[in-house]
Amino acid sequence: MTLPSELENPVPAKLAVEHVSKSFQTKRGNLQALDDVSLTVGEGEFVCLVGPSGCGKSTLLNLVTGLDEPDKGGLSSDGLKITRTGRERGMMFQEHALFPWLDVLGNVLFGLKLKPHLTPAERLQVAKFYLELVGLKDFIHANIHELSGGMKQRVALARALAPNPRLLCMDEPFAALDAMTREHLYADLQDIWSRRRKTILFVTHNVREAVCLGDRVVLFSPNPGRIREEFRIDLPRPRDINSVELAGYATRITRALKSHTGTTPSAE
Amino acid sequence: MKRVVTSVLFFAGLVAVWQALAAAGLWSPVLLPPPGDVAHYLLKAVKDGSLLEASLVTLGRLLVGYLLGCLLGLPLGLACSRVQALSDTIGVLALGLQTLPSVCWVPLALLWYGQSETAMLFVVVMGTLWSVLIAVDNGAQSLPPIYVRAARTMGSHGLHTLIHVVLPASLPFIVSGMKQGWAFAWRSLMAAEIYVTILTGYGLGHLLHFGRELNDMTQVIGVMLIIVVIGLLADKLLFAPWERFLHRRWGTGR
Ligand SMILES: Nc1ncnc2c1ncn2[C@@H]1O[C@H](COP(=O)(O)OP(=O)(O)O)[C@@H](O)[C@H]1O
Ligand SMILES: [Mg+2]
Repeated sequence: MTLPSELENPVPAKLAVEHVSKSFQTKRGNLQALDDVSLTVGEGEFVCLVGPSGCGKSTLLNLVTGLDEPDKGGLSSDGLKITRTGRERGMMFQEHALFPWLDVLGNVLFGLKLKPHLTPAERLQVAKFYLELVGLKDFIHANIHELSGGMKQRVALARALAPNPRLLCMDEPFAALDAMTREHLYADLQDIWSRRRKTILFVTHNVREAVCLGDRVVLFSPNPGRIREEFRIDLPRPRDINSVELAGYATRITRALKSHTGTTPSAE
Repeated sequence: MKRVVTSVLFFAGLVAVWQALAAAGLWSPVLLPPPGDVAHYLLKAVKDGSLLEASLVTLGRLLVGYLLGCLLGLPLGLACSRVQALSDTIGVLALGLQTLPSVCWVPLALLWYGQSETAMLFVVVMGTLWSVLIAVDNGAQSLPPIYVRAARTMGSHGLHTLIHVVLPASLPFIVSGMKQGWAFAWRSLMAAEIYVTILTGYGLGHLLHFGRELNDMTQVIGVMLIIVVIGLLADKLLFAPWERFLHRRWGTGR
């Protein structure tokens, strides 16, 4: 089987977030979700954003994907200003957000059908390629409600990868899963990332998860949402979440997080 | 199979009770004819073709009016759910008119269109349109926003999102709205046919009306039975497959 050019890896995106602020009007007044946040992410880099809930992590991803607009500052991808959503920047949500009116294959095909240059046969080939990549080849025609939580997130990952984005945002994608399922997914995600070079922004409140996956871990603190500190993780891949070196990093980062926020994040 | 047997036994029991009541002679057979007499009327009406013709006339009117009502109600409902100005105008109008029992449209239709097919059509469309519109509008408005957001990150925008996300996501509401619209259309058409004699074709409602004029209870009950059966068949053939599909896909229901 020859892979269509559609399956070639595009060059991953470079992301620049410059002095971005975003606030929301709430009943209790003006809420500063992000305050003067700057961040650059290199080509193909895997960056994890960590912080207690409410510190603006999801807000930042919404700005990066173009689902929302900043009040101040700007975001750009490869030097081009981000003004709206586009399939070169994919998103995976905490709730799987799969479409219940489509089966597994239909969900993965959704984004591919928006690419007019592909023939139906090519779309099918691409969709099957990604379903195989996430290990769900035998569930192509399953309904969404028939899948376990872990399988749903795998479908969501395949669906987000299928349009071949150059940047992938992942918003606590594994938070609702049990520990065993999560460990499988850490391994698989690292494997997929090494094969399908993407720039990834990964949000989590789980420090070990961040250390296991990220090239870099960025710490946020709330009220107002700010970046406080960054850690480079120099561990060889693939990483095992239960390794001693990883635990060492996690302990240091957890301590830093506590000193910035005064709260204890999840240390699972 | 077991369910079929249960149903058949139940209805056989009903007929037996009816037969027993009629045989007891408590009421005059003019008021409560035995089931055999009604069956006799039905057989006769099937043979001389009057029943089939009336059913076809009625179903024809119903189908055309219903489809027209859905064709208008679906896009209008979708539009109302997306555009605030439409929701504040057409949406409110629909909400008001939907509370109006559809038989109330009959006098107006008669004055506007006379004793004509157009009057019939108008009544059926009014019965369908508003409830379909409101169901679609409500359905599309109560969608979790995450579906549209997810679609946008995959490159979907505008009309594509409306047709490929909002519409299918609202399907459960749309089907129940269309079912309700069907029930309203059916009721309003019967009312119109009983009320209005028109020369272009006698429907089931007219047969019912003539049965009363002739003091023929077998005809009244016979036609009522047919109306019930058509209603049941519509439910089982038109809507049940959709509902089964939705339950299977969404994982709802039993
Ligand atoms: N659409 C919104 N309207 C009002 N407030 C919001 C909205 N989105 C986020 N917020 C608020 O902004 C803050 C940051 O939210 P979020 O980015 O979701 O945090 P995180 O993902 O880090 O938990 C929170 O206090 C949240 O309540
Ligand atoms: Mg969040």
